[in-house]
Amino acid sequence: MVPVSYYLSLSAVLFTIGVVGVLVKRNPIQVFMCIELMLNAANLTFIALGRFYGTATGEMYVIFALAVAAAEVSVGLGIIVTIFRSRQSIDLDEAALLKS
Amino acid sequence: MPAIILFWILAIVCVGAALTMVTTANPVRSALALVVCFLTLAVYYVTLSAQFIGAVQVVVYAGAVMVLFLFVIMLLNLGAPAARTSEGSGQRTAAVALGAVLLLVLFVSGMFFEVPGRAVSAASAQAQGTVKAVGLTLYNPHLPWLFPFEATSLLLLVAVVGAIVMTRRQV
Repeated sequence: MVPVSYYLSLSAVLFTIGVVGVLVKRNPIQVFMCIELMLNAANLTFIALGRFYGTATGEMYVIFALAVAAAEVSVGLGIIVTIFRSRQSIDLDEAALLKS
Repeated sequence: MPAIILFWILAIVCVGAALTMVTTANPVRSALALVVCFLTLAVYYVTLSAQFIGAVQVVVYAGAVMVLFLFVIMLLNLGAPAARTSEGSGQRTAAVALGAVLLLVLFVSGMFFEVPGRAVSAASAQAQGTVKAVGLTLYNPHLPWLFPFEATSLLLLVAVVGAIVMTRRQV
């Protein structure tokens, strides 16, 4: 049986990779992928702790996180498509309309 | 012992795929690496006796979400990006340094974590991940999951309508 700390450490590594990716990447689609990676790291923590505590609560949280992630992806990619249509570029540094 | 070996093999594949996703400049390669990462996570879920969640992970994440990503990449024609030089290299260094600090904090807090109390037997955990057990927990009116489930359906409806309204071509 693998100890629970292994899963938590793996989840920490994945979450950090996602955070660094969000900060480093310029392409918003890749930024979205990094956000998905962070959500998955959190899901792994939920599942692992739910398994080791013997409750179904972790799985319930993961189901809701999945639904929220799906909604977030559809809306976020819609925003990206709209930005691309209005300015023919999706570079994150150029999309600074709200920054004035 | 085989469980530990499987864990390490999957961990190497998963972290390698995640690093590939972050380091490559091509969005399509990035998406495919993320699919590999999601699939290894699905295997982890199965080994953690959450079979239903593992199947849902494959269907929703590796299936639907990544198809949506690839579809948008194709739609915006981002397959072969111009070689972007890293003009904000100061930002990159700061991001990696902050990431190292975050990793240290999370890793230390996770590495020494032990579940207090009794060990859960494999058989009882296995019974908890089936479709039947998940459904009985989710739809049980005496447990607090039913109302959030209904609210989730509303959330998904709003997301669908919002995505359609936003991407509709204004005339």
